[in-house]
Amino acid sequence: MARYAMVIDTKTCIGCGDCVVACKTENKVPAGLNRDWVVEATRGTYPDLTTEFRSERCNHCSHATCVYTCPTGASHYWRDSNIVLVDAAKCTGCKACIAACPYDARLIMHPDGYIDKCTFCHHRVEQGLDPACVSSCPTRCMHFGVLDDPGSHVSRLLKSRTYKVLLSETGNQPNVYYLI
Amino acid sequence: MIEEVLVTARSNPKIDPSLGIWSWEVPMYLFLGGLTAGIMCFAALIILLRKEDQAPWAAKKMAIWAPVLLTVGMGALFLDLEHKLYVYRFYTTFQISSPMSWGSWILLLVYPVSILLVLCSIRDAYPRIGGVIERFSAGRWITAFACYHRQQVATWSLVLGVFLGFYTGILLSAFSARPFWNTGFLAPLFLISGLSSAAALVVLGTRSQAERMMFTKYDIGLISLELALIALLLVNLATGTGVQLDALKNVMGGEFTTRFWLYFVFIGLLIPVVLNYREISGRRTWAFLSPVLVLYGGYMLRLVTVEAGQVSTWTRYTQSFDPVLLDLLR
Ligand code: SF4
Ligand code: SF4
Repeated sequence: MARYAMVIDTKTCIGCGDCVVACKTENKVPAGLNRDWVVEATRGTYPDLTTEFRSERCNHCSHATCVYTCPTGASHYWRDSNIVLVDAAKCTGCKACIAACPYDARLIMHPDGYIDKCTFCHHRVEQGLDPACVSSCPTRCMHFGVLDDPGSHVSRLLKSRTYKVLLSETGNQPNVYYLI
Repeated sequence: MIEEVLVTARSNPKIDPSLGIWSWEVPMYLFLGGLTAGIMCFAALIILLRKEDQAPWAAKKMAIWAPVLLTVGMGALFLDLEHKLYVYRFYTTFQISSPMSWGSWILLLVYPVSILLVLCSIRDAYPRIGGVIERFSAGRWITAFACYHRQQVATWSLVLGVFLGFYTGILLSAFSARPFWNTGFLAPLFLISGLSSAAALVVLGTRSQAERMMFTKYDIGLISLELALIALLLVNLATGTGVQLDALKNVMGGEFTTRFWLYFVFIGLLIPVVLNYREISGRRTWAFLSPVLVLYGGYMLRLVTVEAGQVSTWTRYTQSFDPVLLDLLR
């Protein structure tokens, strides 16, 4: 199983939101819907505050509760990798997968009704390109690659820097990493 | 202090600012599914324990409600689907890890068995409908088959009724992402509530005073068991992790407190148990009120559980984005 990962450097992210715009443009996400978003997390008590920006999306979990919950197989792993996709032609819109995602990363494609989410731009990955959000980041804080290859850029980043994942305690084994 | 603010737009309908994917349809489906389970269990038990004389309505007439209510419940579930034309996809696969997939196939077994259960007693219970069915040779054959295998049909009804009742709870409790649902107590709670609702249906339906008293007594026991399970569920959440404690706050001082304690526990459980007690001690009550409240309580249990569960979450973003402002910019 090829394990794709996104590694995002919270030290260089400035929260500009270009990744969000790039995703909407690349994937023609309708107005009012979003596959990715940026969070500003502030810790501490004034004046001792630290701020962290995080670009967030589906974590393409290795233990994807959305996939295991889907009654029709519409939510599935792409080509034996950890990239989680939804097959609109199998999706009933029962919304079980939405309830099953602890990150609230899924959305209902209005007005059609099937379920949509970040795809890690698998159509670009197929061509050897990075996802649109990664390519468009003006501060180059986002990185994409295969974790199985110890020499890949993302593997080396994770070896050399301190990182975290979101809500590891859910057991979902997310694959979006944040350098801290 | 940690404050996590969304700094770009995220107002996905039914997801933001808090999850609201399921409204009345799924609770209605869970309630009617539970009631069907209760009907099948009671009708089967009365047959298997040979108590038909004491409980004629439950043994013969009640079963017809199982396929009817299940159909209404499935209709409600269908209304909830966002991609309705693809509903047949439930039956083009079996996903072993998905409770909903299990449920879809269990329902496909429940239907024929519940119809056989009806046919077992159709000649006595509803002679006119029975007469219409027996005009056709297939109808005659299947009715004779059901009557001949009455004990087996009752056994299967009991097994599938228990499965169905548990399933309505497991469907929710399997969501580890929703802390309010993620407790093993939901499955027995929903089964017992389904049995209690079915007992209330008997009290409403029967004309026999002895049968009414018998099921009024049963319902006192079932409601008491339900109260105990609710207490255990709350203790389970109260002794859980941080997200479970947050989920508990929804019904302990939070948004759903009134709905849970007043509209469900007080009106849907405590008042009926008191009324039932008065009834069996020979004091006058409005006989129809208690079973109606029990049925109402059964629906409220599903409604408040679905509502409080879907807003319970692992994430804690503060929404700074106001979609109304975006509309003003267009
Ligand atoms: S983040 Fe949510 S939608 Fe994405 S793979 Fe994990 S559970 Fe599924
Ligand atoms: S909404 Fe679609 S993708 Fe999600 S669980 Fe239901 S069928 Fe699967």
